[in-house]
Amino acid sequence: MSLIGEKGVRRILSITAFSAISALLLIALFILTEGLPFIFRYGLHDFLLESDWDPQTGKFGIFPMVAASLWVTFGAMVVGAPLGVAGAIFLSEFVPKSVMRVVKPTIELLAAIPSVVYGFIGVMVLAPLIRTQLGGPGLSLLAASIILGIMILPTVISISIDSIQAVPQSYREGSLALGATTWQTIHMVTVKAAKSGIIASIILGMGRAIGETMAVIMVAGNSVRIPESPLDSVRSLTANIALEMSYATGLHRQALFATGVILFVGIIILNSIAIVALRKRVYKK
Amino acid sequence: MMVAYQGANAVSNKIEINSLDLFYGKFQALKTVGMSMRENMITALIGPSGCGKSTLLRCLNRMNDLIPGVQVKGNVRLDGADIYDSSIEVAELRKRVGMVFQRPNPFPLTVFANVVYGLKVAGIRNSSRLKEIAEQSLRAAWLWDLLKDKLDHPALDLPLDQQQRLCIARLLAVQPEVILMDEPCSALDPIATMKVEELMMELKKKYTIVIVTHNMQQAARVSDFTGYMLLGEMIEFGVTNDVFTKPTKKLTEDYITGKYG
Repeated sequence: MSLIGEKGVRRILSITAFSAISALLLIALFILTEGLPFIFRYGLHDFLLESDWDPQTGKFGIFPMVAASLWVTFGAMVVGAPLGVAGAIFLSEFVPKSVMRVVKPTIELLAAIPSVVYGFIGVMVLAPLIRTQLGGPGLSLLAASIILGIMILPTVISISIDSIQAVPQSYREGSLALGATTWQTIHMVTVKAAKSGIIASIILGMGRAIGETMAVIMVAGNSVRIPESPLDSVRSLTANIALEMSYATGLHRQALFATGVILFVGIIILNSIAIVALRKRVYKK
Repeated sequence: MMVAYQGANAVSNKIEINSLDLFYGKFQALKTVGMSMRENMITALIGPSGCGKSTLLRCLNRMNDLIPGVQVKGNVRLDGADIYDSSIEVAELRKRVGMVFQRPNPFPLTVFANVVYGLKVAGIRNSSRLKEIAEQSLRAAWLWDLLKDKLDHPALDLPLDQQQRLCIARLLAVQPEVILMDEPCSALDPIATMKVEELMMELKKKYTIVIVTHNMQQAARVSDFTGYMLLGEMIEFGVTNDVFTKPTKKLTEDYITGKYG
């Protein structure tokens, strides 16, 4: 009897596991079949690098959105990476283990805040601040960068801490025993040894930033144009899909799916790099 | 060859330990330990696991400071000055009292970067000076001929015994006065162990060496003085030959004749 139960459980679990994978495959397949024909017909070059986005007249150049997405992601990295890595170093090297056990999960909770809440704070607090202090419309590339920079902090901090803590204590001891100070040990040995994990954390953070939609729609301003300054209103690839999806038909609809393909491929590339970097994080004890 | 132990004042003591107590939280790991280490001699600390010999060794360069909740009482004098005095810079102390660890622990950097690490830490940037000291140090650890063409190789790719001697070389580069060795051969095979022991005999001409070892034969082979520890106490301390051939304490005799431990 119990043997049958064992087999049954096994079967149910394998079906659930398989359904998760098939969901991924189906989504990928769906986006690709909807988007790829458009890219072939319109031409990848024109689609990616033309600056005219005017669905009514059949112009589907997404370059302004590509530029906006790249700039927003870059901005998020400029804001989030130094803060996150510095925070991770501080938490893993300077703070007692007991404090760390409380603080790290708290930081990871940042990831549990819905992105609409981040967007809301951006709209109510950050955008007016930028408008009055720096000028421009407020809802801007800069606002999106700052909000996304904060949103990627849990990813960057959490994975960086894991890789810093994976550095064998013997490296630190070896360094201190040679008369190095704590800080010298950190930047000359520990961070170097944890480098690939830290880089992976930043890349995963970038993947998160490039795919974020709701917060970006709320704070970036959504003008279709190539940003010339951080204070310009911009529209990211994700925002473009979300904003136009409800009324798009025909070629327009296909163009949005094609945008999805571009995002999908970009994020897969980023995550693959991060996975390779994390796999390198194997130390000889 | 052997200096008479009684003539203590004739030869200078590099390190003197007086009634040293050490607590890990509530656990007392060292109990009023007293001993001294002669300049240019090898002093061995032996005893069963958990007897406190490594703890004692790590008091000498204050590596125990890294463990939360450690309390030290009593004093350790290096050339007469208490190293637990508040005026002592720990980093400076560790440049004078270097340490070789149980597992070879070269940094995940190149061979060259490992050897010059201590110098860079000390602020030496002049590249010809760095090369010169790197060569001297590698020669002193008998590694130069083996590694002179591999200076830009990752240190972690070397065989274990070369890694351990590289750790010794990177220590020699900062010109310490005392070298502490915490079971330096426990990860090495017998031939590699022999090489490290020969190296120690050579190094003691210039340095004062303190070695912790599980291996009584090793202590008998290389050391001039031996301290036998048990449960945090220094049971017997004296000239190696005496400790091994005519121990004064029953406990020591039982240990070295293999009755326990």
